[in-house]
This record gives sequence, C-alpha cells and structure tokens, in this order.
Amino acid sequence: MKPPAFAYYAPTNLEEALRLLHELVHEQQRDVKLLAGGQSLIPILNMRLAHPDAIIDLNPLESQLSYVRRAGQTVCIGALTRHYMLQDHPEIIRSCPLIAEAVKLIGHAAILTRGTIGGSIIHADPAAELPLVCALLGGSVTLRTVDGSRAVDTQTFFVSYLTTSIELDEILTEVTLPTLPPRTGQAIEEFSLRHGDFALAAAVAQVTLNADSTLADLRLCIGGAGPTPVDCSHVLTSLLNSAPSTEEVKDALRRIDDELDPLEDIHADAAYRKELAQVLAYRAIDRAWQRARAAPVNGTARDD
Amino acid sequence: MEYQQVSYQLNVNGRACSIENVEPRMTLADVLRDVLGLTGTHLGCEHGVCGACTILLDGRPARSCLMFGVQSQGHEITTVEGLAPDEEHLSPLQNAFWQEHGLQCGFCTSGILTTMTWFLQQNPAPTRQEIREALSGNLCRCTGYQNIVNAVESASQHSQQLHSEAKT
Amino acid sequence: MAIGEAIKRIEDPRLLVGKGRYVADLSVPGMLEACVVRSPYAYARIQGIDDYAARACRGFVAIFSAADLPPDLPPIPMRLTPAQELAHALQWPLARDTVRYMGEPVAVIVAATRYAAEDAAEQLLVEYDPLPAVASVQAALKQDAPLLHPLLGSNDVHVIESRKGNASEALRHAPQRLSLSLSVQRHAAVPLETRGLLAVPDEHGRIHVYGPTKVVHFNRSVLAEMLHCDPALIHFIETDVGGGFGARGEFYPEDYLIPFIARQLDRPVRWIEDRLEHLMATNHSREQYHQLTVGFDDNGRLLALDDEIWVDTGAYIRTHGVTVPDLTQAMLPGPYDWPAFRLLTHVVVTNKTPMGTYRAPGRYEGTFVRERMVEGVARALGLDPTVVRERNFITLDQMPYTVGTRGLGEEVVFDSGDYRRALARARQHIQWSEFAGRKSQARSEGRLRGMGWAFFVEKSGLGPWEDASVGLDARGRFYCYSGLAALGQGTETILAQLCSDRLGIAPEQVRVVHGDTDVVPAGNGSFASRGTATGGVAAYIAAEALKQRILTVAERYFEASAADVRMEPEGLSVIGMTTRRLSWQEVANFAASIGITLDVSERYNAPHMTYPYGVHAAEVEIDAGTGHVSIARYLVVYDVGKAVNPLLVKGQIAGGVAQGLGGALFEELAYDDNGQLLSGTFIDYLLPGACEVPDIEAIITEDAPSRHNPLGVKGAGEGGTTGAGAAIANAIADALDAPPDAFTSLPIRPAIIRRWLRQAAGQGSRDSIE
Repeated sequence: MKPPAFAYYAPTNLEEALRLLHELVHEQQRDVKLLAGGQSLIPILNMRLAHPDAIIDLNPLESQLSYVRRAGQTVCIGALTRHYMLQDHPEIIRSCPLIAEAVKLIGHAAILTRGTIGGSIIHADPAAELPLVCALLGGSVTLRTVDGSRAVDTQTFFVSYLTTSIELDEILTEVTLPTLPPRTGQAIEEFSLRHGDFALAAAVAQVTLNADSTLADLRLCIGGAGPTPVDCSHVLTSLLNSAPSTEEVKDALRRIDDELDPLEDIHADAAYRKELAQVLAYRAIDRAWQRARAAPVNGTARDD
Repeated sequence: MEYQQVSYQLNVNGRACSIENVEPRMTLADVLRDVLGLTGTHLGCEHGVCGACTILLDGRPARSCLMFGVQSQGHEITTVEGLAPDEEHLSPLQNAFWQEHGLQCGFCTSGILTTMTWFLQQNPAPTRQEIREALSGNLCRCTGYQNIVNAVESASQHSQQLHSEAKT
Repeated sequence: MAIGEAIKRIEDPRLLVGKGRYVADLSVPGMLEACVVRSPYAYARIQGIDDYAARACRGFVAIFSAADLPPDLPPIPMRLTPAQELAHALQWPLARDTVRYMGEPVAVIVAATRYAAEDAAEQLLVEYDPLPAVASVQAALKQDAPLLHPLLGSNDVHVIESRKGNASEALRHAPQRLSLSLSVQRHAAVPLETRGLLAVPDEHGRIHVYGPTKVVHFNRSVLAEMLHCDPALIHFIETDVGGGFGARGEFYPEDYLIPFIARQLDRPVRWIEDRLEHLMATNHSREQYHQLTVGFDDNGRLLALDDEIWVDTGAYIRTHGVTVPDLTQAMLPGPYDWPAFRLLTHVVVTNKTPMGTYRAPGRYEGTFVRERMVEGVARALGLDPTVVRERNFITLDQMPYTVGTRGLGEEVVFDSGDYRRALARARQHIQWSEFAGRKSQARSEGRLRGMGWAFFVEKSGLGPWEDASVGLDARGRFYCYSGLAALGQGTETILAQLCSDRLGIAPEQVRVVHGDTDVVPAGNGSFASRGTATGGVAAYIAAEALKQRILTVAERYFEASAADVRMEPEGLSVIGMTTRRLSWQEVANFAASIGITLDVSERYNAPHMTYPYGVHAAEVEIDAGTGHVSIARYLVVYDVGKAVNPLLVKGQIAGGVAQGLGGALFEELAYDDNGQLLSGTFIDYLLPGACEVPDIEAIITEDAPSRHNPLGVKGAGEGGTTGAGAAIANAIADALDAPPDAFTSLPIRPAIIRRWLRQAAGQGSRDSIE
C-alpha cells in the first residue's frame, strides 16, 4: 500500500499554482490531482486506485487560502481552511453555526487536523457533512483559472458520486455561505455504525419561524441517500405557514421516501437507509425547530 | 515518467533532520521509520483508519500515513520517541499506561500516546466518555480500551492533583 | 512477587517509549523488499504470466512464480488436527495452474523498496481464465457444483460425528421440541500489526528468519522440510509481536517464499503484509451454519440435541487442519448434562480465503448456538433463562465429567467446575432479580432494554509438554528460557512472576528468553490458552528446583539450616544474622567453586487439557429509531482455577470481550456471489472502537483449580471472547421480546434490528419514525 510515483509540484502562491495547472492540463495533457488535506486522496493513492501523472500540492497556499471572513450576510471561507479551525472559530459559531456542528461529525481529531473545507467539497462524497451543509445553506463556491474566476451555486455544484462541475484547470479557492437568518434554527443529525465513521445517512434541517411561531421556511437535505445531497424541502411545503404537530411533520416526512435512492452495501440495505433518513430528518427538524424558537428575532443568532 | 527525488529538512522531536534524495511519494510515516529510524511510529492500515501512525504535527494529532514527508517541512513533528527521553523517564501519561496495564502488544500504543498527550493538553480533566470519544480514532485489538481509558483518567487526575498542590 | 499479585508488566517501558522491535522495524544492509502478487479472482485458471513490463520497472530485482519453485516442493502441511485424506486439499506456496480464492499468492516480486516492488507488481500481466466461483456452503453442496479438489470427490471434504445416548429416540419422546437454524459469520483475528518476515542468509549457509512467532520450533521443521535442508541451518527469531489471536504465526505461503527467495538471491529479503493483503490472505475464521433440534420437558430439562453443522473452511486446508470444526463439536455440549446428543459436522470447501483458528475457535460459534438455543427454550416455556441453565448444569459431584466428545485428539473430560456458583455470583452482581423492573422502567420511558446470558466452558492447557530452564548465570543474573511465544499477552511477565514467586526476587530481575531457536532448542509455543498452564507450570517447577539447589549452596556457605536462609532481591541472608549476606553474584561464584550448577531444566508433561468456565451477562439498550445497540453493562465471571496475575487476566477478559463484541455487532468478511471480498479495507471491516466497547465488569474466581497441574491454573486467554456473541444476541432478543427464531445469525447490525421491528409491527401499523 504505497502510492504510485507522480511528479510533485508545490507552488507557493495561487497564481503560480493556476499557471502550473493550466500548463500541465492544457499543454502537457497530464492527469493532475490537486492535493489539499489529503485525507481522502492519499488513501486512494496508497491503495493505487488513482495514478495521477502529477500532484500539485496546495498546502503551501495555506497562508493565502485559509481564512474566515464575514461579508455582509455571507461568510467567506478560504478553501484550505482546516476542519479543526472551523470547529471553534468564533465567526463560524456566530454566523454559520451549522458548519461548526457538522465539522465535529466529520471524523477523528487527526482527520480534522489536515482535512480542508475545499477538499471535502471537491471530493463530493454524498454522505459527507460539508457538501450536505453547503447544499442546504445555498451560497456558492469560487472556482479560479489562470484567466479568471466564476461562482457556482452550491445547490448545483454537486453532479454525481464524487463528481462536481469543477473543470480540470480550475482550483476551488473559496466557499461563500449565507449567515444564519433571524428566527432560524439549524441542525445536523447523522448515524454511523461506529463513532466517527462515515455516516450511513445524514440529515440537515433549517427551520425559520414567522412572528406568530408558524413555519416560515423549512429546508431539509439528506446525505447518503443518492448520488448527491438530496434536497427534500419541496416535499415539505405543505407544512409552511402552519404550526404542524409532531404527527403532521412525521406524515409529511414519509413523502421524502420517493426522493431517495440510496446505495446498498454490506452494512445497510436501501430500505434501512431510507428509514434512517426519515428518522434523522425528524430529529434534525425537531432540534432545528427548538433552536429557531430560541433564536433572536432579528439579526444573526448568537450575535453576542 | 521521469524519476523525481527531493531533499528537505524536517523538525522531528525538536531536532533538525535532513532528508536526502527521496521520492516525493514517500509518506511521512515511511520517512520517519525508514529514513530517520524512528520506528516507534507504526503502520497498521495505511489508509487512515487505525491511528497507529498518529504523530503530532505542530502539536495536533495527524496521520503520518496520510501525508507525504515532503509536506511536513516547516512543521514541528513529535513522535512517540519525543514523549520521553528513555524507559527510565516515562511521561506521566506513559507511566499511567504502565500502572493501569493500558497496553498489551504495544503496537497501537504509540499513536494512542501521541493522541492522548494532545488531548490532555486540550482537556486536562476529561470525563470517561470524553476520553472514549477522543480515543475513537485509534483502534486497539488487545485491551478492549478499558485500561487505556483508566490510564488517561489516572494521568489526568494525577496532573490535576499536582496542579492543585502547586496552587496551595 | 507472589503468585496472585497484580504486578505491572516487565515488557511495558520499552514498548511505551517506542523501542519495541516489530519485524517491520528491522532492516539490514543490502535488504530487498518483496510484494506478493495475489489473485483478483476467486476461481480461475492461470493462462500465463507476462513479466516484461514488470522487469523494466526501476528497482526491480527478481520475480518468482510457481514455475520458479522446486518441482518436488510439497504443500504446506497440517500442524493441528490433521485428517489424512485432506492432504489433497493443502495449499502450495504459489498457485500452480489454478487460483481458488481472491488473494491467493501467484507471484512474488522483489525490488529495492516496497514502493518499487508494488510498481512492478502493478505492471505484471497475469492472464486468468475465470471459472464460476463456489462462494458459499450452499453453492458448494449443489449437485452440479464444480469440485475444488477433485481428488476428494466432493466439496463436503470431511465429516466429524459425536454421539451420546440415542438422540433420535430421545427427541421423539421429548415433551417439547424446538428447531432452529443458527449461523456465525466469517470474521477474523485481525491483529493490529500485519504479518511480516525478514529472511537473512549468512555466509555459512544458514538463514536467519525474523518475524515467526507462536510455534517457531514447529514452523522451523516445516520450513526445513520444504527447503530440503537441515533444521540446524534455520534460525528463527521472534520479534515483538503486535497481537496474534490465533491467526499470526501459523505457517503461511510467505513463510516458505521469503526464506526461499532470500536463499535464491543470497540477499536479505523483507516482506511486510499490508492491510489489504491481510484481510484477504491471513486466516479467516468462524463461518458456520447449524441446523438443530433440541428436546426438553416442561421444566426446561434438556433431553436431547441433534445438531448438523456446516463449516465453511475456504479454498484449502491450512495448518489448522480441521481444528475449528473439531473444537466446535467437542465443546458444543457446554456445561449441561445432556442425556443424549448427536452432532454431525461437515467441513466444506469454497472459493474463499482458507480458515484457521481465531480466539475461542469453535467455542465462540458453539456457545452462540447453544446459549441462544437455551434462551429459546426458556422463552418457549416462559421460564427464567438462568433457572433453565441451572437445572441442566453438570453438578459438582459429577466432576470429573466425561462429555462424550473428543477434541484435539483427546476425550473431553471436564476436570473441575462449580457452574452453579459462577452463575449465582453473576446473578447477584448484575442484580438480576431487579432486572425486570429496570426493563419495564426503561420501556415506560421509551427505551428498549434487554439482558442476555451466556454460560461457557473453555478449554486450555494443550500439551503434550513444555520446557523451561531457570538459572542464575555467572554474572549473578537470573534467567528463564521458555518454549513459549509472546504475542503481546504478557508471557514474559508471567514467567518472571512465577520464577520470582519461588526465588524471592523481583520479576524484573528475571531475564526471560523465548522464541529464538538457537537459544531455546525446543518448545511447543503459545496457542490455545496453553502458555501459563504448560510453560508457566514448567517454569514454576524449574524455579522451585533451582531454589532447592540455591538453598543447598546456602547451607554449605552459611553452615546454617536451609529453613533459616532467606532469599531476597539482593541475595541470600540468614535469619538473625544481619552480617551474613551473600549477593547473587557471590552465590553464583560460590556455587561454581563447589561444583554446583545453578541451572535447572524441566519438562512439564500435560497429558490432559483443563477446562475453565464462566458466564457473560450483557445489558443493552436499543434505539428503536435507528436500531443502534448500546451496551449499558457487561459482566464476565471467569473461573481460571488460579490467577497468576489478576491484572493480566482482567486485561485478557476485557480485550477478549471487545473481540467477541466485534463479531456480535460489527465485523464481517463478506463475499459476493462471485467470491469477491466486499470488506477488504478497514473502512468496511469494522473493528470496534473505544466508543463501542463498554467497561467490562470482570470477576475472576478460583473456585475450581485444575486437577492436572500443581498451580491449579487454567488458561485465561479466551473466555472473554467465548460468550460475547451469545450474550449480546440474547440481550437484543430480550430487549425486543423476540422469539427464539429471531436473531439467530451474527453480526446483528442496526439494519437487521430495524427490519425486525418493522416486520414485528406489521405493515405500516407501527410508526417507523421514532
């Protein structure tokens, strides 16, 4: 289990990295892998499931691409920001607390030390926490090439299993997420066979209440139940502008069944994963709802 | 593909080490073990699950099988060999492992000691459940974990006791 | 330090500072590294091997395929429980024209580094003609199934039968009968260190092999036979070992290939198995299917058992022969006084990794089957499951008790045991009489709580003999040479403790030497919980004999009675005479001067195995929404006759339970219908972690010392594992009030619990969203 040989490049600034990527991809037609935290890529290399000609190590760009910045109603996170930094970051906890909650579920401390938000999103595992949260929150990712940049909506960025709409010559540099709206609560629930493992299924929910405590908005995304995070919000619209009972929420959640198409493996069949999705969805909504009730009426929650 | 070799400097256990002419694909674990002879860092799975190869990277635990050696330039690396000078001078945590029978074959122990050294710095007075969660990234096939939890708990209580004695 | 004291281990300081020396830590100048190329197919003919591209790789040194091995090379023989006809199903080190499991070695590539060896291995073109795989017992037993070993005439390659009384008659007359199908899944020992070897030829024609363990002397004789050389030319050296649990240390294909290749190339060659190889190449274990009928009366008295068993032994018979099926059947009757039984075990070959022993081989499986069945009997009758067990126990006055089966070539005769007392202790400790209240309290709070019991009898102390040499060397230092092996379980500490108990010195004063065939000429190794009960006893006897010699020396020197001589860590002294002291160095010198040799070798013969026993009780809670099982309490009462070091015995119990729990809830080596291994990484093969294993409440008892050895010790290594599958399955079934025919196979995953809840609730009537 030793990685295959590759040409190794470690550019020290983003512009150089973009130029190099352009050259390797377009002029030399090389198969290039970008190395961020490496917590998904290096196991794949060690098992020789990938044989890139070249690796561009982005870690030297950490000083440029590791940051959290508040910009109006959004939070901008540099792509090389490590998971452990997001876990306790005051701005994240204040304006995007779901990220902090989700990061803790990614894995063990050693994985959080190296893993990055950009790497996790590009890897696009449909059961992974950060793609799921991004799909729920909306916002965008910034993709840079040597010639310029574009922003892609996080709700359309994920294309299929381990596949996004990034082009071969692009580098993801930033993730932009909306801050927590007023009267809103969010929560993530997942179930794994062992503590810290990949989730068999995961659910994230966002509940926004009207002044009269009826539901203004309810968003729900399910992870591990299809080739990408599955947005189920549209099947729950019947609950809006009312104060549904537990039973009404559970009844509505039965409708997400048709949206889900989970894989089967030795650990769980599809029927179980669908059931799990419903259970986790309810638990996530329930917790998000409690948080929404406790949330401040205006401005970002926990704006202490 | 042309054959590439790199040379670089590493800071391991407080010492500057020169790594000469190795392939860039060489993992940090293999550099530590095969180039520097620091074989206390063990390889149990080489895909980031078992935790036996866990070292401290700038004080935080990291899997040395999931990094290339060349990537660790400019970072401070601590391996199990850096936790104590020798058998006669065990760290309080190592000593607690000895007292509590927190190891059997000893293969997972290095990665657990590095992880728990960091953990106790972060959380000097953890609950048993917190210890278990912090341990959950390190697999042990011999002990059933109980005596490891006992050892970490005991090391924590011991240092708390010293701390409170120092205060009074 | 006295026997029975919980002393710290002498092995630990070295291991704690990273100075352990495992085989992968060793390297020598000029060393090459090997990579084994393995079959990606479960069953295929090898049409050809094209090594052109592999040879062109940087660092490539050599390649060996079956054609490069001597034509008269024999296959790897059986070590334990051999069965003559199975010689036709043995494995050769490299596949010759057919591969029979995914992972079977096809070639070995040697290169400058492991990186380079893997590069070349990727370039090796092996042309396979895939055959339809026989991937299950069911497939193997079909009329038209391909025969894996045609000379055996069937895939059902061996049958073992045991009878007591007339089971069919007794079943016919039994007032009640219960028929069940039960099974245990394929899983394995999976030590955290993978296997590995370093073979170093020297200029005198000898070869030094680092990395063998467990049974080094036996393996050396096998290697000598396969290499056609004098065993004296082979030097095995045991290194530190990262766990064995039955799988490590057996003679595998690489144990021939690496020394052979090192000799061929006249270069040191190191092979370190990686985790992917380990999961498909190192012995699997456990997979078996039981179809049983039990007869009983209305009071729960067991009257007869008929159990037909199919063991999936994989593609070849390896060193363990038919040990696992043999022990399954030998120990299946357990602690109960059966009037009649008939047990029939089939050994079935399939296109899967060959199987061998794994901690509590046959007993983990058999205990799951028997104890799940007994729980079923209790449930069928509405009786307390502990009372049903009690009513059927072999009683104290029936000991020694002849079970009516044979295991490892011996008639199974339980030497001693007070089963009622062990169960009574467990009931009291876990507050069994109050459990019903805890269960209904939990129910009223929406939690599903259950308690599961499993009583077990273990076997240990397999002979035929073990050696020890204990002495005081010329520099005044004590030593103990032993034929045992150390695989992480604390062998050195136990031997040192036994010596120190006799000699009045500290354990760390005893240098324990083992596993080096140049220094320790003979031994039977460490397996089957035999270490303390054989090698430990030998060391104890030798130390006692050494003590007598030392006292003779003391009498001569001090001109005092031996009764007045004190043996202490510093040396000898005489009671009441503070000035009369002799350091151990002086003892050694004086003994030499008067011609007394302070070296005693003893061979302890162990003609019979000894049978420890105990009980597991698991209290679990189930999350009805997700099917997640959490273990609230876990108790093991284990009677080991005599605990030499209770700290280490408790360590064995806790570690053993963790492995048994892994088999109950998490671990499976699953295959698809084509014989492809589906759980070939640590992402899919789930070892339990620190949050999955609870604190174990371990009670060690010494109610029933062994009748066979002077220490009264019985083996302590396996009982922590034995009952875990049964106890957890019973607890889950109890939490769900499930009938006897539910939860009859392992592992019990959350998906299985949810499916049961769904079915039990009927279509749609139960709210699935908790």
